[in-house]
Amino acid sequence: MGEFLLVTIQVDMHDRLAMTLQEDLTDRIVSAHARGVLIDISSLDMVDSFIGRMLGHIAAMSRILDAETVVVGMRPAVAITLVELGLALPGIRTALNVEKGMDLLRRAQEQDDWEPEDSLHVPAQD
Amino acid sequence: MTGNPKTASMSLLKTETAPVRTDTDVVLVRQKVRAWAVELGFGLVDQTKIVTAASELARNVLIYGGGGTVRLEALNDGMRKGLRLTFEDHGPGISNLELAMKDGYSTGTGLGLGLSGAKRLSNEFELRSAPGEGTRVMIARWK
Repeated sequence: MGEFLLVTIQVDMHDRLAMTLQEDLTDRIVSAHARGVLIDISSLDMVDSFIGRMLGHIAAMSRILDAETVVVGMRPAVAITLVELGLALPGIRTALNVEKGMDLLRRAQEQDDWEPEDSLHVPAQD
Repeated sequence: MTGNPKTASMSLLKTETAPVRTDTDVVLVRQKVRAWAVELGFGLVDQTKIVTAASELARNVLIYGGGGTVRLEALNDGMRKGLRLTFEDHGPGISNLELAMKDGYSTGTGLGLGLSGAKRLSNEFELRSAPGEGTRVMIARWK
């Protein structure tokens, strides 16, 4: 996958496990020099405020570490419930599936790579 | 509860009480509530709503109440089937119920959506709490 990390959540996580995932992932973003994180939640049959908050934290932390996060595969019933719960996941990019999520990350990165030339910065040595 | 015509015609199909003492229990409560909702014939969205509400309330019992129990009741009121969940703890209780029900208000580190969100996800909601005595939250969802 090169510079993107793919995380597939496949179990009904208890809260401590969710916290561990958050910490591990932050470490991996740094060690793998990842520019993008894809979190596949298609196996999750519910997302409550705790998991929603974890996804928000991951997105915020990866942004600080110069990586983009996309959450993919949310089930329709989960989305309906989340909105009614009062959680609209602000600041989190979503895509229908892994493929579309990858496209989003690639496009985000291309834009990023073009920016220096667009704004007439002298490109750093690569 | 006697003398209430609503409860008089209501039949209890099944009941069970489960502990809420660890975060693994919270997961088990979610799974149990899901299984009961499926058994009662709830649709996918209704299942997800009551499971999510249960998860929020179970976590409240654990974090704010220091642990407690949940009672599950499968009901039939003659017309519809329903699932009633009663979460109970003997923790410090809630001193300001109105504030506790407000979106975004939390005395902990959460998002403050637990109680208000659980209420929105349920057809019935009842909160009783007294400082020093504990908290009891009852929710029900009907098919």
